[in-house]
Amino acid sequence: MAHDHPGGHDHHHHEHEHEHDHSEIGEMDLRVRALESVLTEKGYIDPAALDVLIDTYQTKVGPRNGARVVAKSWVDEAFRDWLLRDATAAIASLGYSGRQGEHMVAVANTDAQHNMVVCTLCSCYPWSVLGLPPTWYKSAPYRSRAVKDPRGVLQEFGVTLPESTAIRVWDSTAEVRYLVIPQRPAGTEHLTEAQLADLVTRDSMIGTGLARAPGSRA
Amino acid sequence: MSYVTHADLGGRNITGAIVAEPEGELFHAEWEARALALTLAMGGTGSWNIDASRSARETLPDYLQLSYYQIWLAALEKLMIERHQVSAAELQAGRMLEPAAPIQRVLRAQDVPAALAKGSPTARELATAPRFKAGDVVRCANGPFDHHCRLPAYVRGKVGLVEHLHGGHVFADANAQGLGEQPQHLYTVVFEGRELWGADAAADLRISVDAWESYLEAA
Repeated sequence: MAHDHPGGHDHHHHEHEHEHDHSEIGEMDLRVRALESVLTEKGYIDPAALDVLIDTYQTKVGPRNGARVVAKSWVDEAFRDWLLRDATAAIASLGYSGRQGEHMVAVANTDAQHNMVVCTLCSCYPWSVLGLPPTWYKSAPYRSRAVKDPRGVLQEFGVTLPESTAIRVWDSTAEVRYLVIPQRPAGTEHLTEAQLADLVTRDSMIGTGLARAPGSRA
Repeated sequence: MSYVTHADLGGRNITGAIVAEPEGELFHAEWEARALALTLAMGGTGSWNIDASRSARETLPDYLQLSYYQIWLAALEKLMIERHQVSAAELQAGRMLEPAAPIQRVLRAQDVPAALAKGSPTARELATAPRFKAGDVVRCANGPFDHHCRLPAYVRGKVGLVEHLHGGHVFADANAQGLGEQPQHLYTVVFEGRELWGADAAADLRISVDAWESYLEAA
């Protein structure tokens, strides 16, 4: 993981730090099971479709898709140009398209400008290349602060940018989805495209992180 | 004004840590995965559009107290109860008590990959030319909007620069209300941080939103 944080696993709620005890977790389980039973009985859903949907986002559609897009853009100038000009088509050429990635725009980080993506109105996120959004991306603290104090938010992720780097925040308020192309780390000239993809973290493609330096902890 | 959204959070003073999360950590309980899948499967029946589902979520009175999948679940139940597809009594009982409502289609397991790969593109051909071009200075509408609206409060009344034209897109405000797609030209509009947040904002901060044409006027 890119950013270790003590107790990070337990913080899956909003800014209100109310602790859900086990009985409440059980309550949610029962409520969802009840709903699934009713919908199945009424013939609205195919229960097997639920398993396919969950498996898709657990094993097929996730941030490794986006990492391959970024790595290719680092080694293939023509692809990078295409990606910056028509991200939807360039990304589709690698096989990634569809739900919550219908209209893609790629934005490249440079020394002069760092890009960061948020959805202040809900949790719009480029599913086709990054999969399901992390909890913090959907949280009230991130959504409220990313547009006003992005440098402060970056510091919470352990990222400090030079003062000479301007910050540009993209608020995904319509159906356009943004993919940040992080800067290629120094000292990676000898790496293959697949090795480069391993350096591309999910957070670096949202703009709350940087690509990893070679040899640093995954 | 009767429409209240609890989800328009940009620039609000909300404290609390932003807690990093490992990439593989998708769900924190089994029910979250089921709630996601149920939402997607019911979305696949065509009973409502994505804008209506966003509207159902943002108007939940306890929005800020709920975790994200709790919001999804509550909105899903609300949408189905409104359409008489399920009743509160059935949700309580966990079994069917009334006959099923007619439904347009059922998302079958074998059709899931194709449905996800297709998605729901919102681009629409428009006969009218865009009113603005890149470089135009525009002021955002000030509202109030008595319905689902995708113009965040923090840019209302503010002046920005048209940066990019996206062509015609389904107008979320209309679509959410069941008024049809009413597509409009969509623009990326970029603002200086100081225009939005005052002199304390970083001089080099810029923020953009994607805004439909009817949100904008020449400035």
